[in-house]
Amino acid sequence: MLRFIGVRLVQMSLLFLVFLTLLFFLLQAQPGDFSRQFLDPNIPAENRDLIAARFGLDQPLWRQYLTYMGNILQGDLGVSFARYPRSVVSVISERLPRTFFLFTFATMLSYYLGFMLGKVLAWRRGGSQEMGITLGGVILYTVFYPWFALVMIWFFAAYLDLVPVNQFLTPIRWREAPFSANTVFASIIWSTLLLTVGLGLSLWASRKPDNLAQQRLIRWGGVGLSFALFLAFWLPSDRRTFATDIAHHAVLPIFTLALVAFAGVMLITRGSMLETLKEDYILTARAKGLAPKTIRDRHAARNALLPVTTSFVLGLAFIIGGGLITETVFSWPGMGELLLVSVQNQDIPVAIGSLAMVGALALIAHIVVDVLYVFLDPRIRYQ
Amino acid sequence: MALEQKPGDLQADPLVALEGAEDLPAIELTDPLWRIRLRLLWRNFKKNWGLFAENKIGLVGLFIIGVFALMAIAHPVLMATVWGGDNTEIYDPVIGYDAVVKEFIVVEVVTDPLSEIELIDARFTNINAQVGDIISQPQQPAPPSSKHLLGTDPLGRDVLSQLMFSTRAAFFLGMVAALVTVFIATTVGSMAAFFRGFVDSFLMRLADLILLMPLIPILIVIGGFWTIELWQLGVIIGVLNGFGGVAIVLRSQALAVSVKPFVDAARVAGGSKWHLIFRHVIPNVLPLSFLYMMFGVTEAISLEAVLSFFGLLNVDMSWGLMISVAQAEGYLLRGLDVWWLLFPAGMAVSVLAAAFFLVGRAMDEVVNPRLRQR
Repeated sequence: MLRFIGVRLVQMSLLFLVFLTLLFFLLQAQPGDFSRQFLDPNIPAENRDLIAARFGLDQPLWRQYLTYMGNILQGDLGVSFARYPRSVVSVISERLPRTFFLFTFATMLSYYLGFMLGKVLAWRRGGSQEMGITLGGVILYTVFYPWFALVMIWFFAAYLDLVPVNQFLTPIRWREAPFSANTVFASIIWSTLLLTVGLGLSLWASRKPDNLAQQRLIRWGGVGLSFALFLAFWLPSDRRTFATDIAHHAVLPIFTLALVAFAGVMLITRGSMLETLKEDYILTARAKGLAPKTIRDRHAARNALLPVTTSFVLGLAFIIGGGLITETVFSWPGMGELLLVSVQNQDIPVAIGSLAMVGALALIAHIVVDVLYVFLDPRIRYQ
Repeated sequence: MALEQKPGDLQADPLVALEGAEDLPAIELTDPLWRIRLRLLWRNFKKNWGLFAENKIGLVGLFIIGVFALMAIAHPVLMATVWGGDNTEIYDPVIGYDAVVKEFIVVEVVTDPLSEIELIDARFTNINAQVGDIISQPQQPAPPSSKHLLGTDPLGRDVLSQLMFSTRAAFFLGMVAALVTVFIATTVGSMAAFFRGFVDSFLMRLADLILLMPLIPILIVIGGFWTIELWQLGVIIGVLNGFGGVAIVLRSQALAVSVKPFVDAARVAGGSKWHLIFRHVIPNVLPLSFLYMMFGVTEAISLEAVLSFFGLLNVDMSWGLMISVAQAEGYLLRGLDVWWLLFPAGMAVSVLAAAFFLVGRAMDEVVNPRLRQR
């Protein structure tokens, strides 16, 4: 097992180096010039050359490549052209949490709903109800996403006026704010993270005792305590109004994303459940006379979890690429939006940096999936 | 014609040999081999069609695809007849223009936007306009009328004509992308599974590499080198998918096929490597390839719409562009008031993509016996 992970890690690092090389030369080969794109066209030619030399852009491409790779190994992704003098690392570390915030919520919501509905769908196969839900699910799954997001914005933000139209926050409310948006956002992230950990721990701990009353006590006590701590942090805090402003802006994108992603999960779960239901052990379970609900939830659904987990972990890695549309349509300043804008503006350091980030996350997710398989399905062994 | 076969062929189609054994004389005297093959193919098709038709969802998908195909065919016909002649300037999907003139009553405060106009707006047309006057104003976008069944867009072009015109492009792109994907992925997957070793790891690492790249930014970067035409987009999507994700799936299928006994039998009978790949492995991977072809069409249609929605593609007219125009002209948040700008195009992309996906799902149940109801 350890050896397998080691081999995979070596393979992945090699692949990542090739990936970086490819990105570097692909983006550098684009027509267009840094000095024409980002510098005042009126400055004299010698100053232009001087600036290019300061960035090392006058050197031959292979020298630039070696320097870049050397820097990247030290965790330095360079400076952004468009946001000079901010470093790429600081731009990404500002954007990445925003994307994760949006997508973690949406993904968790959609996987919970999708898995629940998918397994029921496979169980009640063949009815007109199933056909209706499947049809609706497929339409949500293949819906033209930017258009769907626009319709959602129109309906919930403009027509019903429930949520603000787009953006990350309402600028006018922040004019006098004593903190920066990033500080408030960081406390949102940490508090929700701790809340999630608290909820998870109490659910996990409640499985331990075999006494039903104790189980209940631990479960509800833990959930209550987590929420109480969460509220105790936020209610007296003077950041509360600003935090709610950000949360208010996040509601619609999260909801829209969850709606679209949920359909995909439902379809995967349904397919995986249908295959599992053909297994002999389901027949055995039926023959034993177990309750249908037990067969469905304990015997079939747990074994059908494997492909769903794969798509969950891989999905988390691809959120940046997929977040591009969501973030652009909702004007949510996250990684996807950064990726699109930097690639379009040829802000090459940021573009390579964020593409490399996407790639690194995808590779890590691959390894996680491989390891997770062993825990989920004891039949899988790696030599 | 005598039944002369290479040994490999006999193994290729065990059914042919069986068929021959059942009523040997009849075949030997009357039917050439290709006709038997054709008949077998037909019988196979009928059986699979039965399985396919059991699933109503697949039929719904086929029906929707048929409707869209009719729309695509009808557009040139309509342009040549009803919308042709003097009307071409009006109904051309790209350069057509028609300002629908409508009469409004000038009022202080608008209560019914369909028949009334505010004084300040009216004075743009006629500086002397007064409250109570009736004023004729060209409308862009114009709501549906008998002349324009789905109204006109913000540039005064007929929406129905645009919608039908774009159908052809969507089909074309989807087909190109899907065919290229399947051709490459089947070849790559089969070769990787058959040769194993270096070829396998090289092709699979290549697939991993391609999977690391988010498609939209990469297409933007490629778009920086030259202006991408529609067919080129199809080929690029096809190549990226064909060497990427689909190849991995088809490789695992080919891996399962290449260890089947009939492949060994053909090898023992003296079949060459290429013979084994092209006559034994690939034909057994093809059903799954067709399935991914359907999903490929879905993906290509959505991707094209997304790209032209962001204005990243060089197309004259497409569904994504129609919505992009509506958004750029600021009609987005008016929702149902201008439904003909937002809904026909958006629904067309979604429904056509869904239709191909539904057909793919129904085919999945034909290809994968474990998913079948019985």
